[in-house]
Amino acid sequence: MIENLDLGMVNWARAQFALTAMYHWLFVPLTLGITWIIAFFHTIYVKTGSEEWKRLTKFWMKLFGINFAIGVATGIIMEFEFGTNWSNYSWMVGDIFGAPLAIEGIFAFFLEATFFAVMFFGWNRVSKGFHLFSTWMVAVGSNLSAVWILVANAWMQYPVGQAFNPDTARFEMQNFAEVAFSPYAVNKFTHATSSSMLMAAFFIISISSWYLLRGRHILMAKRSIVVAACVGLLASVFTIFNGDESAYEVAQVQPMKLAAFEGLYEGQKNAGLVALGWINPEKKVYDTQEPFIGFNLHIPGLLSLMANRSFGSFVPGMKDLVYGNAEHNILGAVQKMERGKKAVVSLDAYKQAKKAGDSAAADVHLAAFNTNKEFLGYGYLGKPEEAVPPVAMSFNAFHVMVILGSLFPLIFFGYLYFSYKGSLLEKKWLLGLGTITYILGMIASQAGWIVAEVGRQPWSIQDLLPVTVARTNLTAGTVQTTFFMFLGLFTLLLIAEICIMVKQVNIGPEEN
Amino acid sequence: MIEQLDYRTLQHLWWLLCSVVGALFLFLTFVQGGQSLLWQVAKTQTEKDLVINSLGRKWEMTFTTLVLFGGALFASFPKFYSTSFGGAYWVWILILFTFILQPVGYEYRKKQWNILGSLVYEGFLFINGAIGILLIGAAVGTFYTGSNFQLNDSGFVTWMHPFRGLEAALSPSISSIFNIALGLFLVFNSRTLGAMYLVNNLELGEVPEMEARLRKASWQNLVLSLPFCLLIVGSLLFMRGYGIVDAQGTIEIVSFKYLRNLLAQPWLLGLLVAGLALLIFGVWKTAKSKETGGIWYGGLGTVLIGLTVLLLPAYNNTAFYPSKVDLQSSLTIFNASSSPYTLKVMTYVALGIPFVLAYVAYVWWLMNRGKMKIEDTGDRAAY
Repeated sequence: MIENLDLGMVNWARAQFALTAMYHWLFVPLTLGITWIIAFFHTIYVKTGSEEWKRLTKFWMKLFGINFAIGVATGIIMEFEFGTNWSNYSWMVGDIFGAPLAIEGIFAFFLEATFFAVMFFGWNRVSKGFHLFSTWMVAVGSNLSAVWILVANAWMQYPVGQAFNPDTARFEMQNFAEVAFSPYAVNKFTHATSSSMLMAAFFIISISSWYLLRGRHILMAKRSIVVAACVGLLASVFTIFNGDESAYEVAQVQPMKLAAFEGLYEGQKNAGLVALGWINPEKKVYDTQEPFIGFNLHIPGLLSLMANRSFGSFVPGMKDLVYGNAEHNILGAVQKMERGKKAVVSLDAYKQAKKAGDSAAADVHLAAFNTNKEFLGYGYLGKPEEAVPPVAMSFNAFHVMVILGSLFPLIFFGYLYFSYKGSLLEKKWLLGLGTITYILGMIASQAGWIVAEVGRQPWSIQDLLPVTVARTNLTAGTVQTTFFMFLGLFTLLLIAEICIMVKQVNIGPEEN
Repeated sequence: MIEQLDYRTLQHLWWLLCSVVGALFLFLTFVQGGQSLLWQVAKTQTEKDLVINSLGRKWEMTFTTLVLFGGALFASFPKFYSTSFGGAYWVWILILFTFILQPVGYEYRKKQWNILGSLVYEGFLFINGAIGILLIGAAVGTFYTGSNFQLNDSGFVTWMHPFRGLEAALSPSISSIFNIALGLFLVFNSRTLGAMYLVNNLELGEVPEMEARLRKASWQNLVLSLPFCLLIVGSLLFMRGYGIVDAQGTIEIVSFKYLRNLLAQPWLLGLLVAGLALLIFGVWKTAKSKETGGIWYGGLGTVLIGLTVLLLPAYNNTAFYPSKVDLQSSLTIFNASSSPYTLKVMTYVALGIPFVLAYVAYVWWLMNRGKMKIEDTGDRAAY
């Protein structure tokens, strides 16, 4: 199956997917979040009939439109990249993974696409009420699309509601409700959308703060800030809360990911959460190097609490998960690989027997396969250490996200407090910090996706299908070529986007 | 009721649903047609702005329909999705590339500080309109002419031609001529539709010269598309095809396969003839009178033609994605589909489609009650 394995191709395909996903995510959070805030502004305008609120609504709408185009352009690539770069994956799980994508298209994208045009161009064409309704529908549509794509992503991390069919060698859906309402999906959705609200709030705060520093559009900027800071404060607290839920979920279904992003090599009871520390990027799971370079600070028990909701509980480390730990009844990748290899052998024997028409032998092999099938994916790993994701990257991304994420509620609170006191204009330091909050938010958000996606390597489907099998049969050179094509085009368009955005911000809202 | 549907019926139903989405996409390529017509029909800045703003309010519909086409195929015929996208890699990558250019073409063209200048963004729109549609047509052509792939026991694809799908248009063969002809037919047809859509959507009293150019473009492009149409229909009557010949699903080359399919399903012939007649009638109305409703006849006609093009190579025990190099690797709606469970779930989901179509149609009607005027392009939100 993977005789002619070309790791170079797999890594280029991963790089290309990461590139597309990260560029896509530069634009998506703003779309998910700001549409709600724009709908809120629009509602105030319709209620009050105030021209000032109309100007404000139109201004944020215009910036949203610039951002939206390139979000759509990068999005279509992602949908088809599953087929182009991961075609074996697409065939093996298309039954399950395709459904949410199709549902997203039918119910979410059409909502977005239909009402997007009304929202932008409906000012004098449709009634005020219907226009407002359309603005809300764009918000609903874009967030609905997030539901379905995150259902799909969550399924890869925690593959529920499916069974492997040995006759077709595919994973087939058994229970749609389990896939759609998987607890992992619920957490993914709440975490991604609440953090997107936070990002949208930062976007508004960044631009409004800049206006205040320049002494321009004071009224509009202040109004925007109050709304954005309220939304942002709630969203940032909620994001921390459901982030904690996500970590608990990861600990339960992807313990290796948790161990990697905490740099936990040796399992521990009363395990501590790293508050400060520089991870040793050279360390391997089998060597005796120190996991951290120099000083590091752990908060005792906190990791156990996060992972198992109990201070004293045992959190398995990467060594336990690779080599096993009998005391705590943990199977390691070593043991799982043994059983996985058996599953692969039985599966092949089953296929041969079926081909030969020997149904008695086929039954025997199938029974043998069934005892080991949950470890099938491990049968395709080369060595047990491959089960460990890139530790340093996961660790750094996780801690950047957590540190920034803990800071965010304070920033929103500061804005609200000084707005309430009426002294926001004098707090130049806060306004200065405010102008870069969007960039900070983006760093935290991208880091979050690195944790989620790098942390689950080598699996495209957790424990069942490694990326080396999921690939398309392409040469590294081909994927490399398209990688640079996309990199060049996306970067060019990003630069154009930023320039246009800066110019539009500079122009500001339309004057009466 | 859906619970009672058997597997074969579900497979036929889902191919029909995917084909309907594909056919609607072909109608909506009036957006791409308008894009490739831009420089020809719009000579002044005002005229250009009118065209771009008119198309700019619809591009998302076309785009979303294409995305849905991909998503629906992924869910219902995953083996086609994996074989074609992973196998005919370069064709799809280039098509996608042109669809990255489209949204920014509209959104950034007139914005200050857009770096590249509006001409380049218009060029983006042209590339999407011409090359994108040409390649899509060539890819659809391979439903008839076949591709060069092999599937192993696990259903994993190996492409046997170094061009990775581009050979559909670039290899010196009769197949390439057929595929390119289909591509060019779609390009000229999209331009016919684009001209008729613009006639319908714009307040042309303000730009009488452009009106004349648009009405002329509609029949010019019809005339250009017809030879390719005749070439395709003529070939289909004589071509050999890839048929399922026994209950095990064995694929063999069958002479006059598509003619046989037409005779076995005369309603398909009816769709094709009605489609062409409607299209020609729509253009005749647009070119020879002051009527503006030609797009509706042309659009419906295109949907019917599109349905024929997509159903003909799949129904009546035919391989819709044949392999030239390994016949038994060919994809049929039976061996490429999802499991019965997934198809049933998706059929429940599909019950929502009429509702979606209804609100799309309602909003379309609402937004198109008044024609697009020059003053509409002056709005700061405009393209």
